[in-house]
Amino acid sequence: MSQQQTVLYDAQGPRARRRTLIGTVVAALVLLGLAYLVYRRLDEQGQFTMEKWGPLIDPGNEVFDSVWRLIGTGVVNTLKAAAVAMVLSIVLGTLIAVARLSLGRAGRIPLIGLIEIFRGLPVVVLVFIGVRVLPDIGLDMRNLPGGQVFWGLVLGLTVYNMVIFAEIVRAGVASLPRGQREAALATGLTTWQTMRIVLLPQAFRTMLPAIISQLIVVLKDTSLVTFIANYDELLSQGESIQRNLGNPIQTFFVVALIYIAINYALGRLAQYIERRQGRAGRAAEETAENTGLVPVGGAPVGGGA
Amino acid sequence: MSPVFDNIDLFVDGFLTSLEIILYALAGSVPLGVLIAACRVSPIPPLRAFGTFWVTTFRNTPLTVVLFFCAFGLPELGINRSFFFFGVLGLVLYTSAFVCEAVRSGINSVPAGQAEAARSLGLNFTQGLRFVVIPQALRTVVPPLGSVLIAMMKNSAVAGAFGVGGDLWSTGQRLTSALGYATFPIFVGGVAVGYLIITLTAGALLQVLERKVAIAR
Repeated sequence: MSQQQTVLYDAQGPRARRRTLIGTVVAALVLLGLAYLVYRRLDEQGQFTMEKWGPLIDPGNEVFDSVWRLIGTGVVNTLKAAAVAMVLSIVLGTLIAVARLSLGRAGRIPLIGLIEIFRGLPVVVLVFIGVRVLPDIGLDMRNLPGGQVFWGLVLGLTVYNMVIFAEIVRAGVASLPRGQREAALATGLTTWQTMRIVLLPQAFRTMLPAIISQLIVVLKDTSLVTFIANYDELLSQGESIQRNLGNPIQTFFVVALIYIAINYALGRLAQYIERRQGRAGRAAEETAENTGLVPVGGAPVGGGA
Repeated sequence: MSPVFDNIDLFVDGFLTSLEIILYALAGSVPLGVLIAACRVSPIPPLRAFGTFWVTTFRNTPLTVVLFFCAFGLPELGINRSFFFFGVLGLVLYTSAFVCEAVRSGINSVPAGQAEAARSLGLNFTQGLRFVVIPQALRTVVPPLGSVLIAMMKNSAVAGAFGVGGDLWSTGQRLTSALGYATFPIFVGGVAVGYLIITLTAGALLQVLERKVAIAR
């Protein structure tokens, strides 16, 4: 696979193959050696004992059930916060993008300012503002279903991600051929109808991979609330488990595996959709290859924590 | 606003500590990321597998989990350092995966014909890399690498939240929780503004750099 992709070397001849083989053996030995050192260190410190692993992997263990119930609630809460934040930020992001595309210069400047400010702030600060600062200045969300912390977290994540979505949507609309808009206007649709019936649906199709990649960022960012307040998402649950059982390495290993499994699956889904779209729109794929531009999917690594 | 100006020296200290974290993380994550990217494009399968493993792991794990691992896991193994060290370490490991992907996509964006042409001119592997591939790859790398690094600057707040102490985030925390200041002026007027100064400046620098290296391909 990468033999074809990389530009750095040709298909290998006999001599290069021999060198690669030697390199393979040496690299494998070095990596195995490193893995062994890590293993020995873990073993010496007694990290492989059933005492540490039992609650997580042995169904016969007395706390096994409660540990996994905690983790289960954690996963559900993480997914819930991420899903709500995601939906809100897509809706608001689309509105911002449409406003930015259809307003005149005077209206656009404050929007750009808004986008720059929210994009420039750490998510953890925004989540803090959502969870702690908003109630202090009188925005009480305790009576909403889910409660203060949930909505604070969701709002923090939403504010950060909606401006990223606004940029993604804008790029998606801008990537459409100009004729689409001109044709729609020529058939008598209004500007708003053109946007809603012709441009946005097409833009969303190309943006789907980018949306899924951003979902990964949102999922990871839900864990930031651990530092700020009690909302029992996956990481907080892991933290309280390890505090009670005294097995941080094992617990965080399991927690990390769960995050990786979810996010890896999402990432593959994004890749799959991107590839399928690529096949559907040959022309688009070719331009992307020739210009070396990543389609919207790869462009802004929103790069949250 | 006055709670911010009353404590302006604390904020300045916090700002400088945040910059310090960022500089260390920059110095660590960029070389590490380039090294991992080199593994991922190398012709040697175990190195490629290692690079893929590294990127998959760190890209899909929240930075918070990486930090928890560093700060709670490593002491279990007998590695005891300050929270500052663990914070920077977590940030470096996490960011290196993103740096790697930015660099790799840059290298892959150079059309194969460029390297082939270099070889047919008689340049050897290093010369081809040095004079043909890398100069072109660098230009494509600048925008994504820039946004990865700006994200890292924002993530330094997470390392701060972790208990690094003394950075912008922790300053805000201390003023509001221990010293009882209202959260709104401290976080919106102080902490947020501090991070905006960092990220907006970095963003502006990045734009200048992008314009400098921009090419029409």
